[in-house]
Amino acid sequence: MISIALFGVLALVAIAPIAVATSASPNATGIVYGACLIVTLILFLIALEILFAHPAASTVVLPLGLPWLGAHFRIDPLAAFFLVVVNLGGAAASLFALGYGRHEDSPQRVLPFFPVYLATMNLVVLADDAFTFLVSWEFMSLSSWALVIAHHRVQENMRAGYVYLLMAGFGTLTLLLAFGLMAGGDGGYAFDAIRTSHLTIGTSALVLILVLIGAGSKAGLVPLHAWLPLAHPAAPSHVSALMSGVMTKVAVYGFIRIAFDLIGQPQWWWSLVVLAVGGVTAVMGVLYALMQRDLKRVLAYSTIENIGLIFASLGLALAFKAYGMNVAAALALTAALLHVFNHSLFKSLLFFGAGSVQSATGTRDMEQLGGLIHRMPQTAFVFLIGCTAISALPPLNGFVSEWLTFQAILLSPQLPSWGLKLMVPAVGALLALSAALAGACFVRAFGITFLGRPRSPEAEAAQETDTNSLAAMYALAGACLIAGILPGIFIDALAPVVQSLTDGRLPVQTGGQWLSIVPIAESRSSYNGLLVFAFMFITGMVTAFAIHRLASDKIRRGPAWGCGYPDASTLTQYSASSFAQPIRRVFGSVVFGARETGEMPKPGSIAPARLTVRLRDLIWDYAYAPIANAVGVIAERLNYLQFLTIRSYLSLVFGALVILLTVLATWP
Amino acid sequence: MHSITFDIAHMLAGSLVLVSFLQLYQDRLSALLNMFALHAFVLAASVAWQAYAQDAPHLYITAVIALIFKAIVIPLALRRIVIKLGIHREIENVFGVGLAMLLGIGLVALSMVVMLRVTSGADPLAREDLAFALAVVLLGLLMMVTRRNAVSQVVGFMSLENGLVLAATGAKGMPLVVEISIAFSVLIAFIVIGIFLFRIRERFDTVDMQAMDRFREEQR
Repeated sequence: MISIALFGVLALVAIAPIAVATSASPNATGIVYGACLIVTLILFLIALEILFAHPAASTVVLPLGLPWLGAHFRIDPLAAFFLVVVNLGGAAASLFALGYGRHEDSPQRVLPFFPVYLATMNLVVLADDAFTFLVSWEFMSLSSWALVIAHHRVQENMRAGYVYLLMAGFGTLTLLLAFGLMAGGDGGYAFDAIRTSHLTIGTSALVLILVLIGAGSKAGLVPLHAWLPLAHPAAPSHVSALMSGVMTKVAVYGFIRIAFDLIGQPQWWWSLVVLAVGGVTAVMGVLYALMQRDLKRVLAYSTIENIGLIFASLGLALAFKAYGMNVAAALALTAALLHVFNHSLFKSLLFFGAGSVQSATGTRDMEQLGGLIHRMPQTAFVFLIGCTAISALPPLNGFVSEWLTFQAILLSPQLPSWGLKLMVPAVGALLALSAALAGACFVRAFGITFLGRPRSPEAEAAQETDTNSLAAMYALAGACLIAGILPGIFIDALAPVVQSLTDGRLPVQTGGQWLSIVPIAESRSSYNGLLVFAFMFITGMVTAFAIHRLASDKIRRGPAWGCGYPDASTLTQYSASSFAQPIRRVFGSVVFGARETGEMPKPGSIAPARLTVRLRDLIWDYAYAPIANAVGVIAERLNYLQFLTIRSYLSLVFGALVILLTVLATWP
Repeated sequence: MHSITFDIAHMLAGSLVLVSFLQLYQDRLSALLNMFALHAFVLAASVAWQAYAQDAPHLYITAVIALIFKAIVIPLALRRIVIKLGIHREIENVFGVGLAMLLGIGLVALSMVVMLRVTSGADPLAREDLAFALAVVLLGLLMMVTRRNAVSQVVGFMSLENGLVLAATGAKGMPLVVEISIAFSVLIAFIVIGIFLFRIRERFDTVDMQAMDRFREEQR
């Protein structure tokens, strides 16, 4: 199986030169994305087959890479699950791009990197030694960087690419250090060797912190998220969907692979760090999302929120695993993995929707949109499904994974440590807050973009998007619905993954009555998505029937209701900023240092009244700006090294050599 | 191994370090070139003795290469250059001979301490050889750093190279190819540097590095 998967990856890599060769042809987008679609679908089916039918791990060693190491590849249930996520997202993005890619003004800057990007994400998941993992990881960063700066004439995109490149390099560096610590002095870089080696508690804690930084910076954990809301929106929309929906999940994979598989038994206090970071990330992500006007940036910040949720579940799983509570650990890990899957579905869907809106109207600024539900009804419908799913409303899939997370949080009183007993409910409160704010955020995103009246001529002239894009969005919306009403199938599919990592599993879900899911016991809690869906569907139908058939059809005359807008100007509608104002008042002054200054004209003056809101990104100002300043100052100071004489350069070399020799001579 | 073999090898390598000190002491270019020829001659003798001690006949070839190129051809050619440039009587303003000698003594001590620690358990002949070789390399570097004249920097570079050859021959089983390639690289470096010296002279009327710094665009 693994060799077929590797051939698939090879095929993806082989598409890149084809893309270069055909870039002059007008059919290039069709050929490249079509080929990507076929290959990712095959890889997706292979991964599904492994997940359901062949849970045993299969490995292969190729004579590539480091000569004494070779390139190890392995598929186990965890890798198979993430292959499903990667290739489902990849296939959807390729399908979407078959239509969307036609609107691209310079496709030759996107086409060669897209298949390589897909291939490297697959390789990260397949890698079974540190070298292959890191090389694939770095190529994943580089190819996505090339895609981020595809529209390089926009100054903002170049800055996004620069910040992304810096953060990606930093993340890979910490992962490199982590693998170095795990491999020890003997250089056992194969994952098998790492699994059997025994680390001291201090070393493994250090490894966990390094991995949390390295994988977390890729996934977008606060405060390492700074690049994400810049880079994800800058890329073309199908790539944004991949970066947000899939690449962050590959980062989660890296964390799970190391924290649950490679470094052995966790300590209970590790989970404190992961939980705290996850909870804070969730709330900060959604608060940032609420303050944005750019539709794709809203989605990027919402990714940060969901990553926080996933990491909080992972922290919980670490805590339960540390105390040997295997079933509870399995529940938390299932919740995390299910949310990984769900988020990859609806975040890709939402980015596709945002991409369609952008190509229809030419803008992503929500203050310029509005009323698109009349002009793009199908896009609006699938976008609404995505919004409902990401806001964790039943009967869609977001609800199931968040519900499972809260079920796991409710098990926390059984934990023996007081630190966790106090910490977990606090994180639960943070997650509940972020879930509520996420609801507000997506009401805002959908309402301002699609409802009301158009705020600009471009929004008024928008056209429905093409069939391929719609097909991709409908497929993902359908998947969201299926995962929401039949979650038992998905939970059972995750059982071998969870079993291999926590030695526990949830009870079999598909055998229960009415397809209910019962995470722990019937007496505690159960959820039935199908019944909820059926209830909503039937009551909805009955109500519609009642209104249309039973109500009186007599014509009545009355004053027209202006929906509360006495003025006909579109500017009197709720805007994105005004919708967020109450939340900005509550949280903004602390979290963003928000300052509002009102400016009323004097009586008799015809100047407009003005309300200016100033938001600061405190994390950027206090964490990133000082580092950037320090680097600038040091670079300024060291600049004179550029202008020394030959003799001084020789003296520098000589001095360095003598110092190193002295260190060697006096080393204890 | 006879102890006399070891002693002679030790003496030759030690004399190489001593000649390095002599080079450091010279402040006239023609005297410096004489010392460099002596340096290469001692190297050739040392390599030849290593060939005998290790019973490795190919090292004789290395010794002959060192003798012909480094002890005869390069010093003669450098002397021609110096006379042609008219700087054979030039007195370099070395920064304090005493200080340079003190620094050199410190470097020799450092290389002894490092090498004797690092190579503990190795063959004693190779050990001593490596320690002396490192000392010669460091002294060559010190010469390049402390001299202002381009020609004496070239001499410093060549004597550094001699230290590398000493290290290479001290270790057993070094193939001849490596030594030949080193010899050729030195020769090529010599040619390139010679051409540069003339070019520099043509442009600036001097080979004094300090004078050249004045012509650089960015003055600090």
